[in-house]
Amino acid sequence: MISIIITVLGVVMILAAFLAIRTKNLLAAIISAGVISLLASVIYLMLAAPDVAMTEAAIGSGLTTIIFIFTLKKIRKGDLND
Amino acid sequence: MELFGAIVTLAGSILLFLGALGILRMPDVYNRMQAGTKATTLGSILFLAGISIGHYECGCFGKMVIIILFVIFTNPISSNTLARAAHFAGIKLTSRSVKDDLADDDLEKKGEEK
Amino acid sequence: MADLIYNIAAIIALAGIVLSFVRLILGPTAADRAVALDGMTIIAISLIVFIAYYSNRVIYLDVAIVYGLISFVGIVAVARYLERGI
Repeated sequence: MISIIITVLGVVMILAAFLAIRTKNLLAAIISAGVISLLASVIYLMLAAPDVAMTEAAIGSGLTTIIFIFTLKKIRKGDLND
Repeated sequence: MELFGAIVTLAGSILLFLGALGILRMPDVYNRMQAGTKATTLGSILFLAGISIGHYECGCFGKMVIIILFVIFTNPISSNTLARAAHFAGIKLTSRSVKDDLADDDLEKKGEEK
Repeated sequence: MADLIYNIAAIIALAGIVLSFVRLILGPTAADRAVALDGMTIIAISLIVFIAYYSNRVIYLDVAIVYGLISFVGIVAVARYLERGI
């Protein structure tokens, strides 16, 4: 059961990483990075490391997304849908 | 008792799946948002309640209640903020929608200012 | 019997994560992708609770609590960016 979940989430993680490096849209790349750390946290939890999973959830999924979006706001004056 | 909890969990997971299917199949952002918020909120509440009913001897009932309260509090906040931002960013509704009250209110307000 | 039903429920929730991820790949605007991320987060909280049940450890529920607190901050950040807020 655990191996099925790890396999599916790993494949989704690889696809999200591919989307993050291939897309031209910077906001989509930031959201894909958030998805990667979300799924990485679940996989850490399944590999019996709840403290690492908690840190990854707080820093990877919360803090880096905000910092990336703040930087994107600084370097570009608000093009919306690109 | 354990079988009852398992059935409640199965109902919650089916609601989660239907919410994800709505995110995939609905025509525009706002329909996707209402499918992906209401259905997944109820689905996750049923999922957590089912596990804590069927597994009640673990002493984890208080933590389950805390998680359910967090889901109830935070999920509508994020959805409401995102819907408002999408409307003011100018994302169009689908062509089959019939009414847009927020745009009507904006037009009335601009008319009063003039 | 009950264990089999729990496993089936977890696999259905996992299929929900995959469907939301397809919308995240396809989505034409950034708001679609943020909605897909929101759905994936909620389903991941349920999956974490299932893993805590499956491996019989109550301490895993703390990760779900942290997720419930932190997860909406990223969505609100994306929304404030779309609204030209931050």
